[in-house]
Amino acid sequence: MHAVYPLLLGALLFAIGLYGVLARRNAITVLMAIELLLNAVTINLVAFGSLIRDQFNIGQVFTLFIITMAAAETGLGLAIVLMIFRQRGNADIDGQRQLAEPLGGPADETDPSADAVAIAPGDGGSEAEEEPVVARALAKTEAAR
Amino acid sequence: MSSALAVSALPAAAPSYLSPTGVEIAFVLIGLLVLGSALLVVTVQNLVHAALWLVVCLGGIAGEYLLLGAQLVAWVQILIYVGAIVVLLLFGLVLTRAPIGRTDELDVKYKLPAIVVAAAAAGVLVTVIVDAYHTTWLEPRAAVPQGTNAANGAALFRFWVLPFETLSVLLLAALVGAIVVSRRGADSESEENRGTA
Repeated sequence: MHAVYPLLLGALLFAIGLYGVLARRNAITVLMAIELLLNAVTINLVAFGSLIRDQFNIGQVFTLFIITMAAAETGLGLAIVLMIFRQRGNADIDGQRQLAEPLGGPADETDPSADAVAIAPGDGGSEAEEEPVVARALAKTEAAR
Repeated sequence: MSSALAVSALPAAAPSYLSPTGVEIAFVLIGLLVLGSALLVVTVQNLVHAALWLVVCLGGIAGEYLLLGAQLVAWVQILIYVGAIVVLLLFGLVLTRAPIGRTDELDVKYKLPAIVVAAAAAGVLVTVIVDAYHTTWLEPRAAVPQGTNAANGAALFRFWVLPFETLSVLLLAALVGAIVVSRRGADSESEENRGTA
């Protein structure tokens, strides 16, 4: 096999992932694009590993390491995204203007109920509860200041 | 073929691009599948469909690993990526109440710069790679003994024990951190609120 085929695949996949990271707005799709970037790197590692074939088996071992780190990164990233969503009502990364927690602004939020139209009516209770929780958290930080 | 055992190839040893081997044909076809589904992952408007196209993309990459002679890595890819990470991402989509149908929320004002950056990266990488490696011949069959479980296990526990253990601690720390972070928002008040709801 010509070595350019796997290397080109890695390069093009990297470019696609780069586009995804830059152009996507939903935080979870950005995480998906980061998975594409990591996979582009691991394709390169495996290709060079089977090209060089050293005794340390460095390409494949590092691929296993990267897959492990991708799992750690995705778990932690999703936890952060979920926390941000719980506090702010949306997970769009270009809408986040505040680094502070529990973040300053209802002005920042899109109305969560607008997104939830398709959800069954039984969910309405928890939906209505969302706003007071956010408001109370905000009031508490205000008081603390 | 036999001269390909020499590492990184005598330039003259590389056969013509016009007479591809079966492995090459399979690799290119699966590669097109991978690239197409990756494009769909980053462009499709329906977020759940994006996650499902990611399954196709990662599964195709596992096939590419098999063609490159890395069988353990291929199955780990299926297990961890397709089995765990994509499911985690789908859970994330559900828990953040991502819109189910088509959305226009993915049309951002930075789309054009993003296309320019991605095209520039692709152009530079492709140019450099083709220039540097167009004569390099890679023999996947010679790499098969290195891709077995036994070879990977031996390398991992003979040469890479310390990184391996460090990584296990990192994974533990990341998962404990994820639990702590996602419990953080639930302070006492909202917790009892949730209890009554």
